[in-house]
Amino acid sequence: MHKLTRLLAATMLVSGLATAAEAKTLVYCAEGSPENFNPQINTTGTSLDAARPAFNQLVQFEPGTTNVVPGLAEKWDVSADGLEVTFHLRKGVKFHSVKGFAPTRDFNADDVLFSFNRQWKDDNPYHKVSGGAYDYFNDMGMPDLIKSIDKVDDYTVKFTLARPEAPFLANLAMDFATILSAEYADAMLKAGTPEQVDQVPVGTGPFSFVAYQKDAVIRYKAFPDYWAGKPKIDDLVFAITKDPTARWAKVQKGECHIMGYPNPADLEAIGKDPNVDLMQQAGLNIGYLAFNVTKKPFDDKRVRLAVTYAIDKDAILKDVYLGAGQPAKNLIPPTIWGYNDKIVDYPHDVEKAKELLKEAGLENGFETDLWWMPVQRPYNPNAKRVAEIMQADLAKLNIKANLVSYEWGEYRKRLQAGEHQMGQLGWTGDNGDPDNFFFLLGCDAARPGGQNLAKWCNKDFDDKLKQARRITDKAERTKLYEEMQVIAHDEVPVFNIAHSVVFEPVRKEVVGYKVSPLGRHEFTDVDLK
Amino acid sequence: MDPRFRGDDVGRRKNRLGRHGHTMLGFIIRRTLLVVPTFLAIAFLTFVAIRLVPGDPIEVRTGERGISPERLAEFRHQLGLDQPVWKQFLDYLWQLAHGDFGTSISTHAPVLSEFATLFPATLELAFCAMVFAVVLGIPAGVIAATRRGTFLDYSLMGVALTGFSMPIFWWGLLLILFFSVNLDLTPVSGRIDLLYYFEPVTGFMLIDSLLSDQDGAFLSAVSHLILPTIVLGTIPLATIARMTRSAMLEVLGEDYVRTARAKGLSPFRVVGIHALRNALIPVVTVIGLQVGALMAGAVLTEYIFSWPGIGTWLIESIQRRDYPVLQGGVLLISGIVIVINILVDLLYGVLNPRIRHAR
Repeated sequence: MHKLTRLLAATMLVSGLATAAEAKTLVYCAEGSPENFNPQINTTGTSLDAARPAFNQLVQFEPGTTNVVPGLAEKWDVSADGLEVTFHLRKGVKFHSVKGFAPTRDFNADDVLFSFNRQWKDDNPYHKVSGGAYDYFNDMGMPDLIKSIDKVDDYTVKFTLARPEAPFLANLAMDFATILSAEYADAMLKAGTPEQVDQVPVGTGPFSFVAYQKDAVIRYKAFPDYWAGKPKIDDLVFAITKDPTARWAKVQKGECHIMGYPNPADLEAIGKDPNVDLMQQAGLNIGYLAFNVTKKPFDDKRVRLAVTYAIDKDAILKDVYLGAGQPAKNLIPPTIWGYNDKIVDYPHDVEKAKELLKEAGLENGFETDLWWMPVQRPYNPNAKRVAEIMQADLAKLNIKANLVSYEWGEYRKRLQAGEHQMGQLGWTGDNGDPDNFFFLLGCDAARPGGQNLAKWCNKDFDDKLKQARRITDKAERTKLYEEMQVIAHDEVPVFNIAHSVVFEPVRKEVVGYKVSPLGRHEFTDVDLK
Repeated sequence: MDPRFRGDDVGRRKNRLGRHGHTMLGFIIRRTLLVVPTFLAIAFLTFVAIRLVPGDPIEVRTGERGISPERLAEFRHQLGLDQPVWKQFLDYLWQLAHGDFGTSISTHAPVLSEFATLFPATLELAFCAMVFAVVLGIPAGVIAATRRGTFLDYSLMGVALTGFSMPIFWWGLLLILFFSVNLDLTPVSGRIDLLYYFEPVTGFMLIDSLLSDQDGAFLSAVSHLILPTIVLGTIPLATIARMTRSAMLEVLGEDYVRTARAKGLSPFRVVGIHALRNALIPVVTVIGLQVGALMAGAVLTEYIFSWPGIGTWLIESIQRRDYPVLQGGVLLISGIVIVINILVDLLYGVLNPRIRHAR
């Protein structure tokens, strides 16, 4: 046996590792295969991670933060009325070459126009290619928000908006706002293979695409002409490994440097491994229980408060999240700017709850429904178990909570229609802007079919929400959001359950890796010791 | 010998030979004709079953935000899901008749090309697992049968029973933790070390790594195959060993074996030639039936070992309600299983003339 090992080891050393010492190869254990390599059309975090190394956006999130910084646009001006945003593009930015396409020109305004028009305009020849869904572009409300996109000159692009909207810049840092090569698209259209654009990515990003084998591996190499300087690693490899325990085994053995989504059961062992750092951060999400304030008895604030006091949040965290969650006192997670840390969460206090119910004339309890979603979500690993704990807690107040659930699509539809009394759901942020969470409690979203599941419409809250959207000054906006969190805390339209905690095992030889609060996996600034 | 008997015998043999050529062909034709309704039934069942699973391909993909009824209707129309199911099915059959298995809803790649990329990996793994199972299983069964009632018999069959009841998922992770992580003998997962990079030619890593002419590539591919082969091969190995043992025991009690022994043939000839050949018939049946079990086991094995085969591809197609992938994938696999079963049936005849004649 030993002989065989030695033989194997020797062969490996001679062949592979010798060359590996010269070229720095970072291996990321990815959890699945991408749908394609175009962030405009794909929707899963896995797919976005897989395509991101090849691309840039006009503005970008500073790695490890939700701050918006210049990307392919060096700077931008916003008109006084907030309706015109003009981007001044970076010059001398190169696109990648791939098999069958070599760019003849640098990045310019035509690429920006193509990238947005493909998603926006029905008559763009690429609009229908690869299914043409553009979920993010539509979900972020871009079709209604954008009035026009104009090329002022080769290096200036002007966006005209239908209304002033402060989160617009953060939207443009999202993956769907990725800039594709218009020249590549034209070439592929002429060749009769437009889908190629979405399968073999050509961008301006830090890494250029080499190869993809479905369910096995994605290969990138550092782009020497990258406008921000060549990345420190030479090769970036995604080893697709679907089982979390196998991913961890690979990190342990050094077959991978970084992995995402460890199995909670492995966390203890990972924490003890001397070769691995277990990095962690609050996820950009919230799991909550919404009280439907349009239905009795939850129209009464005292009842909502009573339920809030009655539920043992810590028990849920301990029992269901198994340490991979942190209790939530606000709708936004603490990694988002504008988080009001002065708010003190309601404690678990059954006596206080009974008192409040008595005040509301419900000391004998009542019967209600309590909905749980039938799927595991990043912010809630087991909604049914959470519902059962809540049910038991409420029983102590003589509140009989009947558990209700439907198939996922149906579940959302019925909740949004407001059929529930109490319903669990949650939210995963898109762009790190507080507005991206607080709209969930706005009056626009409280209409039947809207996303405000409390159906709660508070004028004070809503005015501040709208005001914060119109102004661009971050300090002023922060103040408004802090005030809104006080209102939401006092009025309890929702019971905030938890934000998930994201864990990422990273081997010690990796330098400069940052856990993204947006749930991304980015390797531009990473190096290997 | 009585001439009457001889005459009769000759006549019967002649008759049999004549019928033999005829029946063999007839058998193949009959089996081939049966394939058509089988296929239709499979296509129909898959088509209906996946549509009975709640949630459609579009709604499943959307998150908390949901999707507006207008957009939902638009995409359903694009995919033809707004048509009545019987019409969708007929359209699908029409498509199939033209050799078109459709395109995946999630990746927009043709189902047939995805299958062609992934299937060789599954085939390679399944083949190795089967070879592993047969090469170890048959001798183990023979030894157990010939040493019936001994300690060796009990231990072999005890191990086989354990193997037979082995939960694949647990077994795979156990082997990884032991051999890969603790002993550092085998790689954790994948088909080859990521340092090797070459374009797939045949899709079979053992062959491609040889063709690549890169030092150590073949050894790396072999080392990656060891654990998944053992994991996937364990249950078939146990089944084959147990079946071989009982078939052997039955045959060893037959008159002709006693005659062979009485004639003074060496034990090796008696067991290895006379008994084993007849005992193999039920074993071959079992091996044929294992193909289906292998496919089921491949799903878990591929998942644990990040083996890029069709197992995880199909499971994900269910999760994503990727109708074309699931329908096409199931049809293609059924086709392969059916063909293998026909081949197994034909193999009986080669092994035992009695069966050939009886048909």
